[in-house]
Amino acid sequence: MSGENQSVEQPTYRVVGTRPIRPDGVDKVTGRAIFGADVRLSGMLYGRVLRSPHAHARIKSIDTSAAEALPGVKAVITGRDFPDPQNKVAASGEGTVNLRSLAHNCIARDKVLYFGHAVAAVAATTPNLAEEALKLIRVEYEPLPVVLDVLEAMRPDAPLLHEDLRTNEMGQRSERPSNVANHTRHERGDVEKAFAEAAVVVEREFRTSMVHQGYIEPQNGTVLWNADGQISVWCSTQAPFDERSQIAEILDVPVSKIKLTPAEIGGGFGGKLSVYLEPLAAMLSKKAGHKPVQMVMNRAEVLAATGPTSGSCIRVKMGADRNGCIVAAQAWMAYEAGAFPGSPVDAGAGVIFAPYRIPNVRIDAYDVVVNKPRAGAYRAPGGTNAAFASESVIDELAEQLGIDPLEFRILNGAKEGDRRADGPVYRRIGFIEAAQAAQAHPHYSAPLAPSRLDPTGKNPAIKRGRGVAAGFWFNWGGKSSAWASLNPDGTVSLIEGSPDIGGSRASIAMQLAESLGVRFEDVKPAVVDTDSVGYNDATGGSRVTFGTGWVAYRLGQKLKQQLKERAALLWDVSPEQVQVEAGMFSCNGHRITIQELAAKMHETGGPIVAGDTFESEEYGPGFGVHIVDLEVDTETGKVQILRYTAAQDVGRAIHPSYVEGQLQGGVAQGIGWALNEEYVYDADGHLLNASFLDYRIPTALDLPMIDTVLVEVPNPGHPYGVRGVGETPIVPPAGAVANAIYHATGVRMTTLPMSPARILEALGKV
Amino acid sequence: MQAFEYVAATSVTQAVSLLKERGEQARVLSGGTDLLVQLKEGRRYASLLIDIKPIPEVNELSYSPETGLRIGAAVPCFHLSNQAAIRQAYPGLIDAVALIGGVQIQGRATLGGNLSNASPAADSIPALIVHHAVCDIAGPAGRRELAVERFCTAPGKNALDVGEFLVAIRVPPPPAHFGAAYLRFIPRNEMDIAVVGAAASVTLNKQGDIILSGRIALGAVAPTPLLAEEAGAALAGRPADAEMIEQVARIAQHAARPITDMRGTAAQRKHLAYVLTRRVLEHAIERARTTT
Ligand SMILES: Cc1cc2nc3c(=O)[nH]c(=O)nc-3n(C[C@H](O)[C@H](O)[C@H](O)COP(=O)(O)OP(=O)(O)OC[C@H]3O[C@@H](n4cnc5c(N)ncnc54)[C@H](O)[C@@H]3O)c2cc1C
Repeated sequence: MSGENQSVEQPTYRVVGTRPIRPDGVDKVTGRAIFGADVRLSGMLYGRVLRSPHAHARIKSIDTSAAEALPGVKAVITGRDFPDPQNKVAASGEGTVNLRSLAHNCIARDKVLYFGHAVAAVAATTPNLAEEALKLIRVEYEPLPVVLDVLEAMRPDAPLLHEDLRTNEMGQRSERPSNVANHTRHERGDVEKAFAEAAVVVEREFRTSMVHQGYIEPQNGTVLWNADGQISVWCSTQAPFDERSQIAEILDVPVSKIKLTPAEIGGGFGGKLSVYLEPLAAMLSKKAGHKPVQMVMNRAEVLAATGPTSGSCIRVKMGADRNGCIVAAQAWMAYEAGAFPGSPVDAGAGVIFAPYRIPNVRIDAYDVVVNKPRAGAYRAPGGTNAAFASESVIDELAEQLGIDPLEFRILNGAKEGDRRADGPVYRRIGFIEAAQAAQAHPHYSAPLAPSRLDPTGKNPAIKRGRGVAAGFWFNWGGKSSAWASLNPDGTVSLIEGSPDIGGSRASIAMQLAESLGVRFEDVKPAVVDTDSVGYNDATGGSRVTFGTGWVAYRLGQKLKQQLKERAALLWDVSPEQVQVEAGMFSCNGHRITIQELAAKMHETGGPIVAGDTFESEEYGPGFGVHIVDLEVDTETGKVQILRYTAAQDVGRAIHPSYVEGQLQGGVAQGIGWALNEEYVYDADGHLLNASFLDYRIPTALDLPMIDTVLVEVPNPGHPYGVRGVGETPIVPPAGAVANAIYHATGVRMTTLPMSPARILEALGKV
Repeated sequence: MQAFEYVAATSVTQAVSLLKERGEQARVLSGGTDLLVQLKEGRRYASLLIDIKPIPEVNELSYSPETGLRIGAAVPCFHLSNQAAIRQAYPGLIDAVALIGGVQIQGRATLGGNLSNASPAADSIPALIVHHAVCDIAGPAGRRELAVERFCTAPGKNALDVGEFLVAIRVPPPPAHFGAAYLRFIPRNEMDIAVVGAAASVTLNKQGDIILSGRIALGAVAPTPLLAEEAGAALAGRPADAEMIEQVARIAQHAARPITDMRGTAAQRKHLAYVLTRRVLEHAIERARTTT
């Protein structure tokens, strides 16, 4: 089955809405694309990291002498080789990062805070030698008590990760040190009164495990710290400019000394917004006598020591009146930040009730450190945990009221002018349209047999169910800069600084083509290094097609204006008199094409070039509504997804295939999170499943074709109506799957992942 | 990964003498799909790898209805599933072989390696056990045979002495009205190590309603793949009906002694031992009824 496209209004575009082949496609499918680990420099050394075997310990001493003495080893570094940055906050993707935390996360100083925390690093002439040298480094640890669970970490007697960490308690700094870094509250109306008057109230507690983005390409970094002080970095990143600043701060060098070249990127999903290896490779390069150093993580390192997303504990209480109106909602949310403050709990608080109009709300959000890796961003950070909780409770409310679950969501759905639970008022949004599209989809009315025989053909052990859930993401605008220059043959070179992780070279080039009036094939996009283009915020927050797209639109307009001036010069008229239609310039019976104008550019005033930088706050949020059919083998606890449909308000799908791909990818990750993905730690905090064998992301055999419905409610804040689309689709799946499991088995699952063992337990089979 | 020496052995005698000389330092290399991964991840160390693939005898695969099946220790798995006569005669083994990795892995991985690696969760071992397979072992003292169910001694450990290696696996020809099957439980549909595996074989009477004899073997519920002897004994002479299947499955479940690890809990495994035994036995009986 293929995707569908439901548009509220459809202006006529020549390029927007078509499905051209992406400019980076051939290189990627033929293996010619250069990823970070493909970079080769002459005299290059290979770096490896020594990682902590303890989840929490004081480093008493590190003896690197034997490693240094091994022939072929060119440099060994520890935390002592680095300056100690101040507690300073810098931008990172949609969020911020404390540079001191980041520096200490890259390489431990006095304490290790999680299993896999970097302690030392070696550069040698071969990777094997570097690996052997690690074994010669002697580290003396004093193990400390470990705290892994978010609720245990919040207890006053819990072992402390940071002796100097105080709780920011709604603006007040706490007296006593604590693992709770932050407590935020959003409150409106009177929830107690509303619950007392509600006809039905549902309250439940949900738990979720720490999970990883599971991008296929591991983190890598190749760095040359040259003898003249210039530092060149090649790496896999979503945020070249932010990472450049991070490296500058960690190394204490001016940002202008660093040139960062983003290599082709094999997935990020938020996991590649901050540095891990680059500062280490830089320091090794310097210490090794200004030789280039390449570092590449293996999968175990990626899982143990990059930035997965938070495990959480969420309590949700919601009440509705007899007519099915939600009257009050309350949430208590505690997220594991990992070793340093900064979980996405505040974003979770924004997501949790976002699709609904609710008069009385209270949300308490806690950011809590535990002895696990520092949480990074993961696609709609904090959103999946939150929606799993709220969408399960909403399903239960609808059931108790005897209202169809989609009807219930539409009845309470937020519209333009409604206020989100945590504050802002919505402009034009498309939640209702997305929910109605799901409701009208043949999937929702297709019959579903309640059960099926087990493989022996004797036993109706396999139960089927259907579930729905909604989801929201804020999206983001951010700052983008780009250049465009007209070539003499009428094509355009487009220079951008947004790493392409989801087909954005194509989507940005299409917007320039549409704006200028040329064909998509006439735009040649290139993503360049940080010295070659102005500042760009990260590829994150679903912002690039919106934000960099805005710049592409403006570049098209600027080029068009210059071309009008050139035509006016040729015809001796004023530029305002020149008409433009689909790349054809005309006035008083004169006609000239862009190609002809381009060929004459040197006679009419020289090169035609435009540069621009722009930031828009008018990114519209995205809403999705998902339907899933699944079956549960009630004897083994295994869930098989049978059918999945994702409807989403996408604003305007510039390249529908890539929008569908975003929806399908988000759903695939959401299903993995729902069913099998989790970090498994032993009591001492050792990560037990640091491989793709035992960290179980879904395989191609585990998912059906995921159908998509692109609902287009154009964003009034963008020339083509674009909204971000990449993150919303990972928000609903866990809730939808949980609701479907309930409808199949009669059991409400309140813990992620809903693995076979947990389902057997919930069914009372073990 | 540490450097190691590599020798391509061309005869059984050469392999035996190298193995004897280098003792614990040497390891046999067959398909390498376990060994190379283990060496790379530092889970095993070896200073010498003895590649047995050039030895003609360990590459032989032969089958006849009279003498049965002989699988050279270096024969890649896909050769087994490729032959209709073998598929027909050893359905339980074929179930297991078809599950090992994907197409690429099956082109390289061997049953000899799957067995010698002695993982409690190895897919082929319960199936080999219910097919009454026997190991043909060469060593400094000559040849010896050992039933597969006695070959594994602990996780990653087998009954081979210093200087010995596995030359072939011999599987006797199936009797009339024989059926076998293997099933494993994994949380996904691919890429996982069995949380529990179960194999069953039965020989029925001519009418197909009484079980004359049978075997049940379980994987991933004990330190080694397990022949559930009491469950097997409980099959003999019983009507092939639902009540018998239920009882035998409970006996097999009782024999399971699983642990909790990141792949599954002890309680889950114990329960799955029951469910899978029931399902696999049902399947083996079905197959026995449709063979002559
Ligand atoms: C991607 C992937 C998927 C896999 N999926 C599965 C699966 O689904 N089920 C499963 O059971 N396994 C699976 N495996 C594991 C592996 O492929 C099998 O165990 C395979 O059968 C091993 O055979 P091999 O020939 O590659 O053994 P090798 O790696 O060559 O050897 C394995 C061990 O046995 C020893 N050895 C080998 N041959 C002999 C011999 N003749 N005498 C004495 N010792 C010997 C070696 O020294 C080594 O210790 C998978 C592996 C990979 C990489």
